[in-house]
Amino acid sequence: MSDTATTQDKNKIRLDRVVIRFAGDSGDGMQLTGSQFSDTSAMLGNDIATFPNYPAEIRAPEGSIYGVSGFQVHIGEVEISTPGDDVDVLVAMNPAALKTNISAVQHGKTIIVDADEFTTKNLGKAGYSDNPLEDGTLSAYNLIPAPITQLSRGAIKEMGLDNTSMNRTRNMFALGMVFWMFSRPLDYTIKFLEKKFGHKPQIFEANVKVLKSGYHYAETMELLSSAYTILPAKMTGGTYRILMGNTAIAWGFLAAAERSGKHLFLGSYPITPASDILHELSEHQHFGVTTFQAEDEIAGICSAIGASFAGNLALTTTSGPGLALKSEAIGLAVMTELPLVIVNVQRGGPSTGLPTKTEQADLLQAMYGRNGESPVIVVAASSPSNCFDMAYEASRLALEHMTPVILLTDGYIANGSAPWRIRSVNDLEPIKPAVAPLPGEEWLPYLRNPETLARRWATPGMPGFEHRIGGLEKEDGTGHISYDPENHEHMVKLRAEKVRRVENYIPELQLDGAESGDLLVVGWGGTYGSLHTAVKALQEEGHAVSLAHFHYINPMPRNTREVFSRFKQIVVCELNLGQFATLLRSSFPEFPYLQYNKVQGLPFTVFELNAHFRNLLNAK
Amino acid sequence: MSTQPPTYTFKDFVSDQEVRWCPGCGDYVILRAMQKALPMMGKRREDFVFISGIGCSSRFPYYMETYGFHTIHGRAPAIATGVKLSNPALSVWVMTGDGDGLAIGGNHMIHVIRRNVDLNVVLFNNKIYGLTKGQFSPTSDLGQKTKSSPYGNTQPPFNFGELTIGSAGQFYARTPDNNPNDMADIFAAAEKHKGTSVVEILQNCVIFNDGAYDSYTDKTVRDDMLLYLKHGEKMIFGKEKNKGIRFNGRMLEAVTIGENGITEDDILVHDAHDYNPSMHFMLTQMDNPLPVGIIRSVETPTYEERMATQAESIKNRSKYKSIDDLLFSGETYSV
Ligand code: SF4
Repeated sequence: MSDTATTQDKNKIRLDRVVIRFAGDSGDGMQLTGSQFSDTSAMLGNDIATFPNYPAEIRAPEGSIYGVSGFQVHIGEVEISTPGDDVDVLVAMNPAALKTNISAVQHGKTIIVDADEFTTKNLGKAGYSDNPLEDGTLSAYNLIPAPITQLSRGAIKEMGLDNTSMNRTRNMFALGMVFWMFSRPLDYTIKFLEKKFGHKPQIFEANVKVLKSGYHYAETMELLSSAYTILPAKMTGGTYRILMGNTAIAWGFLAAAERSGKHLFLGSYPITPASDILHELSEHQHFGVTTFQAEDEIAGICSAIGASFAGNLALTTTSGPGLALKSEAIGLAVMTELPLVIVNVQRGGPSTGLPTKTEQADLLQAMYGRNGESPVIVVAASSPSNCFDMAYEASRLALEHMTPVILLTDGYIANGSAPWRIRSVNDLEPIKPAVAPLPGEEWLPYLRNPETLARRWATPGMPGFEHRIGGLEKEDGTGHISYDPENHEHMVKLRAEKVRRVENYIPELQLDGAESGDLLVVGWGGTYGSLHTAVKALQEEGHAVSLAHFHYINPMPRNTREVFSRFKQIVVCELNLGQFATLLRSSFPEFPYLQYNKVQGLPFTVFELNAHFRNLLNAK
Repeated sequence: MSTQPPTYTFKDFVSDQEVRWCPGCGDYVILRAMQKALPMMGKRREDFVFISGIGCSSRFPYYMETYGFHTIHGRAPAIATGVKLSNPALSVWVMTGDGDGLAIGGNHMIHVIRRNVDLNVVLFNNKIYGLTKGQFSPTSDLGQKTKSSPYGNTQPPFNFGELTIGSAGQFYARTPDNNPNDMADIFAAAEKHKGTSVVEILQNCVIFNDGAYDSYTDKTVRDDMLLYLKHGEKMIFGKEKNKGIRFNGRMLEAVTIGENGITEDDILVHDAHDYNPSMHFMLTQMDNPLPVGIIRSVETPTYEERMATQAESIKNRSKYKSIDDLLFSGETYSV
């Protein structure tokens, strides 16, 4: 737990923040346990960030190392921007969970294990030759070996449940213990269980009994000297909810459809970690949303292009390998100048790579991964709740500028959750799609708005505007097929200029910190939480360091060059080998760029960023 | 639009673009038949959309004074699906060829048929790649010599009729490219049919595969080699109208009425509306004579109808009446 445990309040030690990780077998219900803890804490007014960590295999053998699933929760009285680097309390439901998670726990921190699970057989599956609970290897930790299985079963033995159902309640015992440790009430979870198991009263009752047993066990057990509490965080006033990145994306598009007066169409093919967007939007077909699960990635985007031609706000969602399959179709949308949003929830690559891990290595694919000169708008979301805003922004830019937009997120923010201050759709700036011509108006398919260069959108069913478009080069204005060399060069430049001019319609780059200084940390996309936390800590120590975090990548904000010029050093941090740095070097070659890169399928830790920035600041 | 559509003639559907197919290409007949068929359909011009992929056939939309989209190789069925789902009032046509629709776009083709999206698919089958200048296609015959099979094609062909019925297709018609009136009627029937209507055209490519269908369509043989099917009518063919098709208990066979004790009563009546596709499947497999006309036409719910019914039922059940209801739903808390 954080070292700032300060006041002693009725035997409770007050903490400003804490990181808890629940880890167990895929079937142990760790995602549910963790989210119950984080949701309860959010209701108490804490700031939170969560991150699930699950294996790529759906049902890996029980008790095996690669079947371990985890859920990390970071809650605080202070601002929380990441799920946390180091774990203060690890709950390990079996030896494999201990083995795979112990490296995240520093000496002196707490480890709760289900001692009943540390059998010779399970130890063997996890690769332990000796029992770590007994051989002293955990002596540097505050180890709490609790007979969770036995006590859970004991609490409900009279109920006549079968073995499997009894064992399934174990996670509630662990949750009850942690609830007591951090002074959380049980009623939120009880309500949740009622909703989930209302139709199976016995199961509901068993879960509640075990939850309470865990709570009382922790209370009466002398191993835990005292409970802790985390007071509410100071957050902007408003109504909040906990939102996962992928849900936020889906809702952002719903809002954009409503505020643009367009029907929403999603054409998609299932792929980890993007499928949740398809799931969410499929729930809401009655809001003027059509979701179409296609036969492949290509049909996913092509159906969306068809929907765009027909006048919809059209969307396709995917992850890296799927983006590769969609390349040719994106080129078609560029050539036909149709609005389209492509969401790429990035994961580890290349090829199938690390499907459940996070990475930012599709940036150059998004920028350049097509044949010919094929510019698109590229934007990136920075946090689970920012996914809502950027989905809205991507829709706005596509509809108002008549061009495809690629929105990059990643597995980390897509599956992570955080509080989101709810906004009514009526409070959002309306979106004004490239207006359709009026009946009888002078019109050509490629007649443009002189400012944005967007062509006007006439859609099938509109009388008098019958026209043909296609992937062959177009004559400007008429849209007729043209093989004319001069026209081709003109059109190539025009499509690039259309995207470039978007810089006049996006916000300027805002800095976290002073307008000038010794070090400018540059990031983009889902790394915002870690970069922000690391930079803020250094600022509090008095260092002249600021963060420039990019949401708009193509085009970049107008003031980028000017911002860069006010700092002595620039370090570009990203979860790849330097793709944004490459873009910056070609766009603003006058600045020297340092890089900080990591490609492990994991987010940055605040600790490693902090240490690196400190070195740069000291070395100057 | 609820008002009566204007009366059109074929000229209303001719675009200002110069047609660029080779002189004598079968595609001209298809274009003319389509321009003749559209005025018969009782729809407004702005409600027609022609969508194509890549290949000679796929130039088609440029020549039609309607909405049109010349897309990318093989993907027209997927793009057309998006158009139709977005605006079910449109009459959406997929214009494709044997390479575009059955090779690179084969996956989209079988799935669009399986879903029964209310589209009309017209496949120009010339058994060759024309635009890339003469390679064998998925419908080229075994042994066919082409630029990429100089010693003869070793890949067995697809039969598009079989493939359609195997993909749960509910409308399949086949027509030669030398009979624009019949073809126009088939187009009109395809448009009228709700669900994916597949029309295969036996199209002659004069440049790379000239005469591919001569053994069926040449004047001297066609009466004996083509079986014109009409729903509810006997399967009779031949110059003398004395030949017909009977089911011998195992398969279909061509017989001569008056020979070996065969009478007209032995001849099958064509039932295009039979839900059971077995007979239609056998018809698609016959090659002597080759059945043409509407082989199968069965109305089942379309994909967009199923979608609309579901959306309607969700609307009635859902507790969210507006997007704000959703955003503010569930566990929220105030700070
Ligand atoms: S190459 Fe063949 S199919 Fe293509 S336009 Fe010429 S004749 Fe027609």
